[in-house]
Amino acid sequence: MKKSWWKVLTVIILSYVFVWGFAGPIPAQPILHETARNLYFHVPLWFGLIILLFISWIYSIKYLRSGKVEDDEISAELINISVLYSVLGFVTGAVWGKFTWGVAIPQDPKIQYVAVAMLIYFAYLVLRSSFEDDQRRARVAAVYNIFAFVLFNILIVVLPRIVNFSLHPGNGGNPGFKIYDSDHIMKLVFYPAVIGYTLLGFWIATLRIRMKKIERIIAEN
Amino acid sequence: MDELKALIEKEIRLEWRQRYALNGMMLYIVSTVYVCYLGFNVRVGGIDAITWNTLFWIILLFTSVSAISKSFTQERAGRLLYYYTLASPQSIILSKIIYNSCLVFLLSSVGFLVYSLVMGNPVENNLMYWLSIFLGSIGFSSTLTLVAGIASKAENNATLMAVMSFPLILPVLLIVISLAKNALDGIAWSVVQDKILLLAGIDIIVIGLSYILFPFLWRS
Repeated sequence: MKKSWWKVLTVIILSYVFVWGFAGPIPAQPILHETARNLYFHVPLWFGLIILLFISWIYSIKYLRSGKVEDDEISAELINISVLYSVLGFVTGAVWGKFTWGVAIPQDPKIQYVAVAMLIYFAYLVLRSSFEDDQRRARVAAVYNIFAFVLFNILIVVLPRIVNFSLHPGNGGNPGFKIYDSDHIMKLVFYPAVIGYTLLGFWIATLRIRMKKIERIIAEN
Repeated sequence: MDELKALIEKEIRLEWRQRYALNGMMLYIVSTVYVCYLGFNVRVGGIDAITWNTLFWIILLFTSVSAISKSFTQERAGRLLYYYTLASPQSIILSKIIYNSCLVFLLSSVGFLVYSLVMGNPVENNLMYWLSIFLGSIGFSSTLTLVAGIASKAENNATLMAVMSFPLILPVLLIVISLAKNALDGIAWSVVQDKILLLAGIDIIVIGLSYILFPFLWRS
């Protein structure tokens, strides 16, 4: 029980986010109205995903330095969760877009680039599945992951600023979050949501890593 | 340094000996350009600038992918192993990147000349356009060389090469297209400075990453 305090924390945080996210007060907004509550779901998913991918990247580097299969498994499972988060983030974004911009997937650089970023990680999954040998798969996947994460960052951080047009807040002359959150009510749910989703991602990943470990032990004996 | 020079020389000799590959790629880009010319059914200068520019870069993209994907597969595994005992992996990847950059730049130049000939040349600032071709060639070939290295380790590498290279090449492709579009419109150097620096920066990052990562790749 001592080691699982963070799991309890995850449950508490996420319950708080879901209850307060739907029932709590939010500032009145034109156009957005109640859809602004999606800020608690859509945005933290992407934030959590970037954190998970970053840690996966660190573990890929660790794998190349240490050569332990465990590091590679951690890295791979974090990417699996990130891919799931990206799909969820995409869907919640499309729902939000439908109600505020009128179209689910408008012509917006951030959406287009993030779709490409998702393709990069789908390719990672395809790459992994094309190997039979564990060590070989681990090494090639780690090399790809380290390379891909850097280009992923260029895609989602640098390029939208160059294009300088986006429907998303904080880009191309649109106001950032500050204006939506003039009285800081939303931050009280938003930040816990980021932490909650990230922890949940870890939780799922650790379960799958343990499963892999057991499978490996069974296969070896 | 000597090692690097020898390796590049080896690549050039190898290419020169099997000249059909080089001629094949030249013919590939020329006939693709010609197919586009016929397909769009243009009189000179008949399509608008955005289409002209984007079409050219897509042709270059496909040419580079097909030129570079053979980078690690044209030589037999045994011979590759032999190189690894002779030279450091760093010089192998650098020599491949330098050689592929020159190759892609050569192909792009020929492509650009033929393309301007049949599709017309609306470019206002030719020097800037050549710069974008130069930086683009380096960006394409450095990214694709590492991807080809990764793909060569897997079975079924032709599919994997396509699946991995198109999303990974996109940052370079998007910036180079927008830089080339600015050259086309004759926008002042001071305005596009940022894009040039960014493109050069990505080139350097990609080459640096290849340099660091390739030694881990060849061991497997």
